[in-house]
Amino acid sequence: MKHLLSIDDLDRAGIERILDRAASFAEVAGRPIKKVPTLRGRTVVNLFYEASTRTSSSFELAAKRLSADLVSVRAATSSVTKGESLKDTIQTLTAYDPAAIVIRSPHAGAAELVARWTDAAVVNAGDGKHEHPTQALLDVYTLRRRLGSLDGVRIWIVGDVLHSRVARSDVLAFTRMGAQVTLSGPPTLIPRGIEALGCAVEPTLDRLGEADVVYVLRMQHERMEQAYVPSLREYAMRYQINRARLQPHQLLMHPGPVNRGVELSGDVIDSPQALIAEQVEAGVVVRMAVLYELLAGAGAGAAADGAPAARKEAVAA
Amino acid sequence: MRGLFHAGGRPADLLIRGAHALDPRAGLDGPADVLVRGGEIAEIGAPGALAAPDGAEVVEAEGLHLLPGFVDPHVHFRTPGQEHKEDLATGTAAAAAGGFTAVIAMPNTSPTVDDALVLRALTAAAEQQARVPVGFLAAVTRGLRGEELTEMAELRDAGALGFTDDGRPVASAGMLRRALQYQRLCGGVIALHEEDPTLSGSGVMHEGEVAARLGLAGIPSISEATFVARDAMIAAYEGGRVHFQHLSAAESVEALARWKAAGANVSGEASPHHLCLTDEAVRSLETRFKMNPPLRSEADRQALIAGLKDGTIACIATDHAPHARHEKEVPFEEAPMGTTGLETAFASVYTELVRPGVLSLPLLVEKLTAGAELFDLPTPRIAVGRPADLALVDLEATWVVGERGYASRSENCCFHGRTLHGVVRMTVAAGVVAHRAPVGAEAAA
Repeated sequence: MKHLLSIDDLDRAGIERILDRAASFAEVAGRPIKKVPTLRGRTVVNLFYEASTRTSSSFELAAKRLSADLVSVRAATSSVTKGESLKDTIQTLTAYDPAAIVIRSPHAGAAELVARWTDAAVVNAGDGKHEHPTQALLDVYTLRRRLGSLDGVRIWIVGDVLHSRVARSDVLAFTRMGAQVTLSGPPTLIPRGIEALGCAVEPTLDRLGEADVVYVLRMQHERMEQAYVPSLREYAMRYQINRARLQPHQLLMHPGPVNRGVELSGDVIDSPQALIAEQVEAGVVVRMAVLYELLAGAGAGAAADGAPAARKEAVAA
Repeated sequence: MRGLFHAGGRPADLLIRGAHALDPRAGLDGPADVLVRGGEIAEIGAPGALAAPDGAEVVEAEGLHLLPGFVDPHVHFRTPGQEHKEDLATGTAAAAAGGFTAVIAMPNTSPTVDDALVLRALTAAAEQQARVPVGFLAAVTRGLRGEELTEMAELRDAGALGFTDDGRPVASAGMLRRALQYQRLCGGVIALHEEDPTLSGSGVMHEGEVAARLGLAGIPSISEATFVARDAMIAAYEGGRVHFQHLSAAESVEALARWKAAGANVSGEASPHHLCLTDEAVRSLETRFKMNPPLRSEADRQALIAGLKDGTIACIATDHAPHARHEKEVPFEEAPMGTTGLETAFASVYTELVRPGVLSLPLLVEKLTAGAELFDLPTPRIAVGRPADLALVDLEATWVVGERGYASRSENCCFHGRTLHGVVRMTVAAGVVAHRAPVGAEAAA
């Protein structure tokens, strides 16, 4: 695998290989010195055209723990604000001979375009409302650690599916790993035809009790202005996950950042059922595993240390 | 011809020998010799029956098809203002390369063709630069803003074949009604780009499974169809004449059929890309598949084909919409709408629909020429005494779209890279040779 642009780039075995390696990196993360030398002397570029805290910082940390040199480019501080095109920016950055470019863009397909214009491995860190494959991988990783397997697990994804790249990548990844996915939210925020991804759609939370996992999406304030829902109050009344709706047997997930009191009530966020902090923690090791897979794994063009896909070697390195 | 403008040139003297002449309206369908003298069709005879007069070029055309020149009532030549995409010279070169002998250019230029001065400058430029005759539509409303009518009567006098705000709908029903009332004074078809802005929103592709998968905002079929139904009703009420541009949705075809049956003076066109492609192509996120109206579902495509066959849809029009490479080399959502189409119109529909037996060749020829009559222009015909408007086509030859570049200044063609059947070897437009295929020299030597 040269790039990670979409969950569609991975079959089940590929997902498992990355998550196994992430688990081995988790062992490293438990040590006082958390670095491995795998990517020493190689450059990773983080190119972020959108505000992001956890995704950008976890990619930075992942690159540093693999001993890569890191260049972080933010839209607000670079020449992209001077009207430079994406293509020109990539050509400029390519002059630094990066091994990988991690890109976050407000536009679908941006990562794919970048992959066309550079020899570097490209990681999609979110493209428009299209995909966010590393988020889906860390979600699967988190669930696997808790449940062992996703086979037959019933997952409800609740909220603003229309504007969510996380929802799309999660549906693909969860179903590929054997889970049954149901999408639920206001009908104005469920895209027509989304069932074609292999999921069910429920307009209400009446049957939420059937879920093993409740995955809640962020509800953005600007959706009110665009009249997708009449008010946050009515949204919360119908779709907020709170003590009354969340059953004791259910696990709770959220990609962050949370709007407390809107899509989630404060008490469930802090409950032991919530995996939200574990998701954040998983972010670094899963992104280390993704960079490893692309730059040093079995399928990588130039293996840094010749290591095949073995968990022990990665840890020993 | 009133309403068409071109640079002209030396009138052709040609003996086109042995081609299969096909013109459904003229009742021609078989091998023939066709003699063109001084730019006019002088004689049609049995193959081998005609001798070349002195000075006439002999075109050995056995195995080729001689068709009436195509007419495209919907092109964007980008001039004035956006000549980096196209201009009259390159646009008409693309038209000639596609076998077109007359085209109608849209007024959404910069400045807009919304007053007679701009239109007169354009027609004068066409008389210098246009390789095939070009007609012009003027805007319905000033600046395409939908707020005040243009001086429609003066624009007609200056040569406008009709009116359109193409690129945008005439969103206000009241404004369209006024334009239709005024049409009684000045004539001229009102051509409509139909979409309800409140339903299209920020959409960038057809609303459906593919848009849901890609996370792209959708343009629903009903955005177009509700406006087709609304405007057909307004046209019927006012006794006006409207033409629906680039129909894309099954519901629109249905609405058009209903209002035609009710006696409304309405017509419609469909583009080669909507007839040959669906939103499945957009999965690639290639920006050459981004156009408005968007590529729709397979059911919509089938409805357009059925509409062509049963006569609901009168003609094929390309909506040739060139954009520069740097404008299209951006993420899908950022890219401008539009695909070029003049050079591939015949070959794409011939390859995708005629060869598999979905449409007949005579029907394709009819639909590629019917745009003329809709805008009160004479329909090209292979008949003695008529001006030579001819396309000489090799149906068996194949080509890879874009492999040798384009005659258009732009390369944003949705058929780029496809292998198509049907090479236009020669185009004669208004009696002047406008195109010869560079590698087709062996066929036209």
